[in-house]
Amino acid sequence: MSSRPVPLVLKVWNDPKFRAIFYQVVAVTLVGVGLWYLISNTLHNLSARNIATGFDFLGREAGFAIGESSLAYTPADTYARALSVGLLNTLRVAVIGIVFATLLGTLIGIARLSGNWLIAKLASIYVEVMRNIPLLLQLFFWYALIAETLPGPRQALSPIAGVFLSNRGFKIPTVEGDGLTWLAAGFFISVVIVLVLANWSRRRQAQTGQIFPVFKTAALLLIACPLVAWWLSGSALALEIPALKGFNFQGGLTLSPEFAALLIGLVIYTAAFVAEVVRSGIESVGKGQWEAAGAIGLRRGLILRLIVLPQALRVIIPPMTSQYLNITKNSSLAVAIGYPDLVSVVNTTLNQTGQAIEGIMIIMGAYLTVSLAISVIMNWYNARMALVER
Amino acid sequence: MSEPTPAPTIHAPATSNPTPLVWVKTQLFSTPANALLTILSVWLLIMAVPALLDWVFLQAKYSAQSGQECREVEGACWAFIAEKHRLILFGTYPYEQQWRPLVSIFLLVALVLLSAWRKLWNIWLFPIWIVGLSVVALLMWGGVLGLTYVENTLWGGLPLTLILATFGVALAFPLGVVLALGRRSELPAIKIICVVYIELIRGVPLISLLFMSSVMLPLFLPEGLTIDKLLRALIAIVLFAAAYVAETVRGGLQAISKGQYEGADSLGLSYWQKTRLIILPQALKIVIAPLVGIFISLFKDTSLVVIIGIFDLTLAAKAALTDPAWQGFSMEVYVFIAAIYFIFCYSMSKYSQALEKRLAVGQQH
Amino acid sequence: MADALIQMHHVNKWYDKFHVLRDINLEVAAGERIVICGPSGSGKSTLIRCLNRLEEHQQGDIIIDGMALTGDIKGVEAIRREVGMVFQHFNLFPHLTVLENLTLGPIWVLKTPKAQAEQEAMIYLERVKIPEQANKFPGQLSGGQQQRVAIARSLCMNPKIMLFDEPTSALDPEMVKEVLDVMVGLAEQGGMTMLVVTHEMGFARKVANRVIFMDQGEIIEENDPGSFFDNPQSERTKLFLSQILH
Repeated sequence: MSSRPVPLVLKVWNDPKFRAIFYQVVAVTLVGVGLWYLISNTLHNLSARNIATGFDFLGREAGFAIGESSLAYTPADTYARALSVGLLNTLRVAVIGIVFATLLGTLIGIARLSGNWLIAKLASIYVEVMRNIPLLLQLFFWYALIAETLPGPRQALSPIAGVFLSNRGFKIPTVEGDGLTWLAAGFFISVVIVLVLANWSRRRQAQTGQIFPVFKTAALLLIACPLVAWWLSGSALALEIPALKGFNFQGGLTLSPEFAALLIGLVIYTAAFVAEVVRSGIESVGKGQWEAAGAIGLRRGLILRLIVLPQALRVIIPPMTSQYLNITKNSSLAVAIGYPDLVSVVNTTLNQTGQAIEGIMIIMGAYLTVSLAISVIMNWYNARMALVER
Repeated sequence: MSEPTPAPTIHAPATSNPTPLVWVKTQLFSTPANALLTILSVWLLIMAVPALLDWVFLQAKYSAQSGQECREVEGACWAFIAEKHRLILFGTYPYEQQWRPLVSIFLLVALVLLSAWRKLWNIWLFPIWIVGLSVVALLMWGGVLGLTYVENTLWGGLPLTLILATFGVALAFPLGVVLALGRRSELPAIKIICVVYIELIRGVPLISLLFMSSVMLPLFLPEGLTIDKLLRALIAIVLFAAAYVAETVRGGLQAISKGQYEGADSLGLSYWQKTRLIILPQALKIVIAPLVGIFISLFKDTSLVVIIGIFDLTLAAKAALTDPAWQGFSMEVYVFIAAIYFIFCYSMSKYSQALEKRLAVGQQH
Repeated sequence: MADALIQMHHVNKWYDKFHVLRDINLEVAAGERIVICGPSGSGKSTLIRCLNRLEEHQQGDIIIDGMALTGDIKGVEAIRREVGMVFQHFNLFPHLTVLENLTLGPIWVLKTPKAQAEQEAMIYLERVKIPEQANKFPGQLSGGQQQRVAIARSLCMNPKIMLFDEPTSALDPEMVKEVLDVMVGLAEQGGMTMLVVTHEMGFARKVANRVIFMDQGEIIEENDPGSFFDNPQSERTKLFLSQILH
């Protein structure tokens, strides 16, 4: 077959390397031009409306109050401090939410796998109902329940002695003063004892084959030691029990209606998803693993501990992490029920200063940092735990 | 050895076809721990269910003239819902024209149901969606064919929620597919752009995107060009959903064995032909169930537009509560719209589970 | 046989309404090697899975080494210590090394000290001819190697009886022989009581004392290998043999 001389243009165009570079240049140019267009418009609009740019506003006085805060804050403090309070509020509800959602979700996930038909069915109903109703709606519901349906402080409900539920919030007893330090010290000591015990029992088993009930002993110690330490301290045996004085309670720990509604809503909603993650993780371990372990003679408890849970955890951890991220992001819904989280504080800030762009950048920056940090940790853990295959 | 004589017919023992008593014993009381749990649950149910039934049905008031009448009753005030249902369901759409959002609701539901029909999983799905969505837009806006023009600030309630969800998914889907293909591209510049977009959007809450689009979008555009509020919300939803669609489709692309790519290459197909004819059809089939999951999430997430003041179903509920004549019936309203959301989401979720089972049968491992 | 190691009397089992084991009567003496064959769905896997309570029989008696097999948990555990099982899909524990797979049972069930358990495990690994793989993970081994590890894992519990549920069916053809050789060694040098569900007729001829043919939940024919293969009595047996011996 004769070959016609190929024009240079076609030769160049058909070269894959050239095409690669060409497409990339086009893409980058398009994105670049687009961004430049948006940015120039923005700058023009901002100056036309006399809105300042930059982050200097952070040093100015905030001038607005924040409903609840872990740091000392007054309206005379700077915007920067206000934002820190908001961030801490977000972290506070996120961390506590993660802990409780994990506990509740794991219980419900295991319940779904139970041999007891009633328990399994109830758990299924919980999961299906909670997963299919929007979180915002659930938050509105809980907030309405607490703020409108609960009675006033004088007729507060008291399901457990010392705990009072009213439409001004939840009051729970706390430990007075030093008592907390003694409790913490006791807990710390018991943790050390448990670690030493576990190590000793492991070595003894390796040498003599005898098995020591570490788990049960540890559970006992972790509960008993702090209490013993507290009692020994004698310093503050009293609980600070909320007492009705006038129109409201004094003493004890207060959970505002907003915080309580947000926490309850987040935990109940996310626990349904966590339950599904746990259930599918345990189910992912094939029946053959249960059978082989049973055929060797292992009991159900040991099978779970040595064979099923280690394999199930590998499947559970990635989606569980994404649920943790979801709780953190979903806590931003606080703005709808008036809990002063980061988004809520930034919202107020940008309404006052008019600097919307900086405000939104702060929000997105904060959440991005948390998300990326958790992703990095998760990827590292995943790589370490991956089953070794050829 | 000779054949053994045929065994006499032996009947299955009780445990194969358990009588109710045996079932209760094995399912509910098999171990002491189980027995305890059963007793506890039954006790809880006895405490909760009759009170609930009382509130919902038995002591509820189904029709009343005013809030005062309802407050005298212990049960739920469904009369409130009867009174306000048009507001909740249709928002502030002009009263006489409310047949239009009603028809739109049915059209959108029909569109989703049609997409569930497996016989339609081919190229015809795209024109059907385009036509369907255009008809809905036409009906809602009006201004042609003798229909009066209704500004979209008057739209609200269930049709708005459905519109945001369906238009959102319809627009996010092609964008997400492009992003997924881009992320798997071997051209570093394109890959980086797609990765940055996806990770950025997935790392931030939807609220921040809604704020961004409602507050910042006007700043991004030259003076004189405005985008109305609904469109801004829609843009934020589309950008958000596209990132999640991209990740899901990427999973599908990864699941296709290398042999498929090689087979297509060896036939001499170009990149776009290979993607369009071989890779995407298979990838999309694999990820249909997770994509339905994204649609369900999106449907729930539309409730967030409340925060930028768009009148979706959730905000309509709150609006109904502001009537001074009917105060204090938040429970009834929230339960009502929770039921609506639940019906939609649960049916979609059941469909997705059934779909997964059916498709898994077809795929041999 | 009054003192048979395994006794099954009038054993019946149903899955819901489906009668999967029909009036099974079987006695196995210590040291006997039984091969069970039959078409799929005949109940042969179910039969041996009943012997270590992976399946529960609803009627009849199963007595292993003098202990009756009932729902009693302690009894089941005692019996499982005497009976080892090798599965069609190996079922090795992928998150543990080969050595850990082998020592798991001895350490946690037999309460053997770790060093001693590892010594014994290495002996069995050498018997199945893969001592060098001790610190690898199952995912790094070939199918034939994994099955040999599975056999060693069961042997580490020093069982009196070994059950094999189609041990070579999931292997590539070139790896079947290495596993069969190990099983032959077990029979000839170990004197182990074995019940093997398999289609490998060459193995049956070489090693089995009895071949049992099952169809539709019933034992149709039992005989020594020579008579079974050369002189099948029942029509169903003849049909089955003509299908697999081609």
